[in-house]
Amino acid sequence: MMCLAIPGKVIKICGSTAIIDYGGVRREARIDFVPDVKVGDYVIVHTGFAIEILKEKDALESINAWMEVLGGNDE
Amino acid sequence: MMNKRSALARRIVEEINEIARAIGREVRIMDICGTHEDTINRGGIREILPRNIHLFAGPGCPVCITPVEDIAAMMKIAEQKDMIVTTFGDMYRIPTPRGSFSDFRARGYDVRVVYSIYDAYRLALKNDRLVVHFSPGFETTTAPTAGILSEVVERKIENFRIYSVHRLTPPAVEYLLKEGTRIDALITPGHVSAIIGVRGWRYLTENYGIPQVISGFDPLDVLLSILMLLKMIQEGRKDIENEYSRVVEEDGNIEAQEKIERFFTVRDAKWRALGIIPKSGLYLRDEYQWLDIRSEIDAPAMELPDLEAGCRCGEILRGLALPDECPLFGRVCTPSTPVGPCMVSSEGTCSVFYKYRKRGMGAMENGG
Repeated sequence: MMCLAIPGKVIKICGSTAIIDYGGVRREARIDFVPDVKVGDYVIVHTGFAIEILKEKDALESINAWMEVLGGNDE
Repeated sequence: MMNKRSALARRIVEEINEIARAIGREVRIMDICGTHEDTINRGGIREILPRNIHLFAGPGCPVCITPVEDIAAMMKIAEQKDMIVTTFGDMYRIPTPRGSFSDFRARGYDVRVVYSIYDAYRLALKNDRLVVHFSPGFETTTAPTAGILSEVVERKIENFRIYSVHRLTPPAVEYLLKEGTRIDALITPGHVSAIIGVRGWRYLTENYGIPQVISGFDPLDVLLSILMLLKMIQEGRKDIENEYSRVVEEDGNIEAQEKIERFFTVRDAKWRALGIIPKSGLYLRDEYQWLDIRSEIDAPAMELPDLEAGCRCGEILRGLALPDECPLFGRVCTPSTPVGPCMVSSEGTCSVFYKYRKRGMGAMENGG
């Protein structure tokens, strides 16, 4: 029941479940808590339930953005 | 990709070093999520931090803190009526003085490991037998439980019940603070926060002056969060910041909160090896009591020892010791011969330390 840090991509929605793709590996997940989810969105899944839709799919992008905000030394 | 990562890591570590030098004094940063602890060990983050910055782990493993009495009570209940007991893989192997669920299955009882409460529910749909899900977990796991209970009620499914041992995380941090664990700053768990929001943690900063950063699970996320915490400490700010803003919202997941609120009420509850923590346990509300197997079959109250003699899991869960300070660690106590719960669960601090202990220093070199 560890937190799964890798986002999956929603490729199909049927009712209260969706098929989530993790780079080729596909899993079913419930989407009760992300009612606005669309095919193509990236989601975080915990014990079989999508708990949130990602605003940026790339972690590096958001970490880079944070570094700009913090205004550290530029290299 | 790797170059971009290394460059970012180097830049963050350099800044951490600079700020740590400016702060000068010792800083103790706690994480309370088994997955963060995994990230810290995998990334070799402890090793690359300056000497005055200490990372320690809190009670971030829900199956580790599940009371032995509840595990034993679940088994007592299953002895009294034909049922399929389901639970998570980590829970299945947790040792108690009355054995584990795995031992219980070896005695002929029907215990099955599931990945999700949804699997347990589907088992009930295809089966006439009673299915009882032994349900541990923090907020992130409670939301799925509430989601399934909602469907059980709507579809009037009669052969599905739970045994809730769900717990809330912020009250545990508050408890440790009151009990005297020194916490200068908190790496706040990303996926608990996805449910309860930044909002759910703010009172800890306001009431106890603890800077917090809600963090993602990439090693770079954790490094960045440490930098953000140190910056706050250097500037004397007591805030809560959200590094994991690509997932976590200020208000959290309202749908999930509403579902949890509908089914559960908060009461004082025991945490294994920690004691009773005020307002930390989630129990079904009176109108939904019937969904808990205990409303139908009662188990006699019992008092059992939490840990075997010598096991330091309690101090480890309180952030007072790290696994390598326990004489049993890696000698008597290993993942194949676990003495305490912290070595069993993949989220347990001892199990995480054991998994990475043979690895050398982290790939990200020390910039200072």
